[in-house]
Amino acid sequence: MTFETVVGLEVHLELATKSKIFCACAAEFGGAPNTQCCPVCTGMPGTLPVLNEKVVEFALRAGLALGCDITRHTKFDRKNYFYPDLPKSYQISQLYLPICRNGRLDIQTPAGKKRIRLHEIHMEEDAGKLIHDPLAGFTRADYNRCGVPLIEIVTEPDFRSAEEVVAFLEKLKSTLEYLEVSDCKMQEGSMRADVNLSVRPAGEAAFGARTEMKNMSSFKAISRAVEYEAKRQIEALAAGGGVAQETRRWDESRNRSFAMRAKENTQDYRYLPDPDLPPIDIDDDWYERVKASLPELADVKSARYRKAYGLPAYDADMLSAQKAMAEFFEEAVRLGAPPKATANWIMGDVFRLLKEKGLAAREMALAPDKLARIIALCGGGALNRHKAREVLAAVFDSNADVDAYVSAHGLLQISGEGPIRDAVAKVLAQNEKSVAEYRDGKAKVFGFLMGQVMRDMAGKADPNVIRKILEGALQP
Amino acid sequence: MPDILELSALELGREIRCGEIGVREAVSAVLDAMEKNAQNAYITVLRDRALSRAEAVQREIKGGGLSGPLAGVPAGIKDNLCTGGVKTTCASRMLSEFYPPYSATAVERLEEGGCVCVGKTNMDEFAMGSTGETSFFGMTQNPWNPAHVPGGSSSGSGAAVAAGQAYFALGSDTGGSVRTPAAFCGVTGMKPTYGTVSRYGLIAYASSLDQIGVLAKTAADCAAVFDLIGGRDKRDGTSLDTEAGTFLSGLTGDVRGVRIGIAEECFGAGLDESVRRHVLAAGETLKGLGAALVPLSMPLLRYAVPAYYLIACAEAGSNLSRFDGVKYGFRAENACDIRSLYEESRSRGFGLEVKKRILLGTFALSAGFYDAYYKKAQQVRGAISRAYAAAFSSCDLILAPVFPTTAPKLGEATIDPMQKYLGDIYTVSVNLAGLPGISIPCGFDEAGLPIGAQLIGPPLSDERVLNAAHAYQQATVYHTMRPGKERSAP
Amino acid sequence: MTITGETIDYLAGLSKLRLSPSERESAARELDVIIAYMDRLNELDTADMAPMSHVLPVRNVLRPDEISPSMCRDALLECAPRRDEEAFIVPKTVE
Repeated sequence: MTFETVVGLEVHLELATKSKIFCACAAEFGGAPNTQCCPVCTGMPGTLPVLNEKVVEFALRAGLALGCDITRHTKFDRKNYFYPDLPKSYQISQLYLPICRNGRLDIQTPAGKKRIRLHEIHMEEDAGKLIHDPLAGFTRADYNRCGVPLIEIVTEPDFRSAEEVVAFLEKLKSTLEYLEVSDCKMQEGSMRADVNLSVRPAGEAAFGARTEMKNMSSFKAISRAVEYEAKRQIEALAAGGGVAQETRRWDESRNRSFAMRAKENTQDYRYLPDPDLPPIDIDDDWYERVKASLPELADVKSARYRKAYGLPAYDADMLSAQKAMAEFFEEAVRLGAPPKATANWIMGDVFRLLKEKGLAAREMALAPDKLARIIALCGGGALNRHKAREVLAAVFDSNADVDAYVSAHGLLQISGEGPIRDAVAKVLAQNEKSVAEYRDGKAKVFGFLMGQVMRDMAGKADPNVIRKILEGALQP
Repeated sequence: MPDILELSALELGREIRCGEIGVREAVSAVLDAMEKNAQNAYITVLRDRALSRAEAVQREIKGGGLSGPLAGVPAGIKDNLCTGGVKTTCASRMLSEFYPPYSATAVERLEEGGCVCVGKTNMDEFAMGSTGETSFFGMTQNPWNPAHVPGGSSSGSGAAVAAGQAYFALGSDTGGSVRTPAAFCGVTGMKPTYGTVSRYGLIAYASSLDQIGVLAKTAADCAAVFDLIGGRDKRDGTSLDTEAGTFLSGLTGDVRGVRIGIAEECFGAGLDESVRRHVLAAGETLKGLGAALVPLSMPLLRYAVPAYYLIACAEAGSNLSRFDGVKYGFRAENACDIRSLYEESRSRGFGLEVKKRILLGTFALSAGFYDAYYKKAQQVRGAISRAYAAAFSSCDLILAPVFPTTAPKLGEATIDPMQKYLGDIYTVSVNLAGLPGISIPCGFDEAGLPIGAQLIGPPLSDERVLNAAHAYQQATVYHTMRPGKERSAP
Repeated sequence: MTITGETIDYLAGLSKLRLSPSERESAARELDVIIAYMDRLNELDTADMAPMSHVLPVRNVLRPDEISPSMCRDALLECAPRRDEEAFIVPKTVE
């Protein structure tokens, strides 16, 4: 019997606002424990939440970009439970009227384009962090993260493989980075995903019992967790047993999941509308304003690059995947660089350099005008390709002026025939044996002699001119 | 020259402004009264702080920096209002050693206006009660008769004003907790329109019902206090976009043409005869001043108490969850794991009435019961709100009793749980609909215990409510009576 | 709906309260009386009524996305029953 894996995701994203959702403490990551806290976010008696307008705007942006219906009358609800990372012993979230419903994100799979449906997006506040001290036998609570704004994106159970899950997360990350609503860094916790997974015999419509997995801290871990859990459930069912509906914790070091205490699984959260927060009415003006502020997204850009510049789909997708790089590309082209050449340079040397230095596109110091200049010099023959690549690497970190660098290092390509003739004559005189071999018919020697001439000219000669002169000089 | 403690807050303010009485003199008089008549109206007395504040305020008044009508006036603050650096207990063991690092907005504004806080007044634990009997720090005595309750939950505030231990006091009112002690202690107590006074720093009982109110000797005093503490506060998302400062100047004492509704449901069975007689007589007095009395029918008031208790306890259960022994407050020693830390801290930190209300609230919200109880109560709330709106299309104010009886005897009110809650029948619907309501002294029963009459208005009609109360007080002397003094027959 | 001791146990577990046997019994009895009284709300047909979660028509109360200085850590931790220099301390919390 073959089994099919069915997966749904609950993705939590920290929004890139300056302040927290319900108070004016900084929402930044990484501060010393309890230094970004106030009576409101630590739940002190008598304090009250007041909503950050940017949180609503970012949630709306995300919802509109993901094709959601916007809930025009939306409000917050309290989710009540006790845990030391939750100072009020309730989390302010949205149950009854989440700000966005339905929606979709299309991913590329080996079988073609697939639509992943979104069930809802809602706003909520993050909880704090617990730091366990096993030696001392107690736990420390750090409330810096309490009140950091989150959106939770819940998908329908549309995934059928780990690859689809990762493709979705990557596309989601790139979309949200485009919108500048979240920096989606799993390693910093600004993007977290819980995996709901069940299996069923292929062809069956009913869903099997599902488990929820938490604690995966990278896309790779999520992929491994999905594969592990699917295998575990299939094996259990194939052996005649069942699958317990439970929450499991992924252990990356041991590459397996463990059931969490059963007690925590059935929770009566006793949701009630939060009386401290008046509801939000999103009128047409607000809706239209946010809609108009959406940037051109990756898919649209990619299509535009293909059409306008004749770039192949792969290149167009690569260039548009990250907003910072797309903007870099567009600006270089706007400054006159030929699109195809620019695309090649970016996908080649620029990506390679970013990878070597461990930088994200938006962290790149190099400005588009520098690349445009290098391409222009190369295309016009002033720099040969080899030297041009050298220049790019040299100014990449400093964004220094290209012409200044080229002239300071004397890199201009020599195309004048005079100096090249001299070099050719010198090389032929120093390599009589090779010359004889070439004239005897050993064609390969030509490359060697070209190399020698180029070396003599410190790599600056125009290879086309060398070729022409060398060929001429080698005539008997 | 009347005894300094007999002055109203505004009268004292005037004397201080014109230099006849010094701030220190007034504050000392109050502090001495607090020491002499130990009604247990105060949980914390702020002797040193008040005296030093008195000096500072006097200097500012002299220098012209403080010139408001209440500058230099000593006041009590209910102990569920956070006062920075000063113990704030909610009359609970849970917060018996809690020193908040921030003050409630209302307290800050009072102090900015030059008032001097003399102490934190006693109350029912976490504001849950109508008699004052659930305080961890012991009962407050009703200054009129120590065998009777002072009313709650702002029991200390009511008793302090009646006994000359404060010129006015801040209280909080969720289901009658300002109006009931005002009625039982023979003082004036007003709960404003929901959202009029910022709740920031008021330790929450039921967030959609709580409002900070004022207990004082006159309606005019109440108006002056609201002028200081009311108005938009950006720290409270539910505070209305209104500007404070117009209530006192809006008092004309003229009620000609004001239509006062009298709902038959408020004067039927269950209401003590003496109370009925005096409250209706108050209506006649107002009629004599030019108001018109209009009959009303409000059958939905029958559902007010159950709707109120379901909503209040549900919100309270949620609001009190933060008291878990982790960040502040009482913490049980030697808890071996987090679960027992929670259970031991909460079980020993909270009194029994608080626990019962938390359980009721948890029930109303729990899976399977939410629709039948909490949601149902919210629907009924909407219906009651609309019923009031309909009533106010034919009248400008509503006259009602405050409580079915005068102050019950100590210990008497606690036998049948529903009977106890039904005492709030005349007050809770006002909170459900977010309306302003004031309790004014309107007579005494045969035992000499004070009776309060309630005036209720539509949302944002606080001035109208205060004005009618003020007019009544211009024409009567009940509000000037003090316990232990000679008075004419009722 | 009858409130029994078991109901109280469930509710107490959710709200992290521990009741003594006599408290448990008295709570069950009282809640039973109270809930029975609450059932009179069913006399009203509220089928088409929206639940009123906010009593006055206030909407869209928002604050700008600006940072204000946080409260200093010591002032916050000062209130804590158990703390170290940096954090609130609780018994070891098992995952």
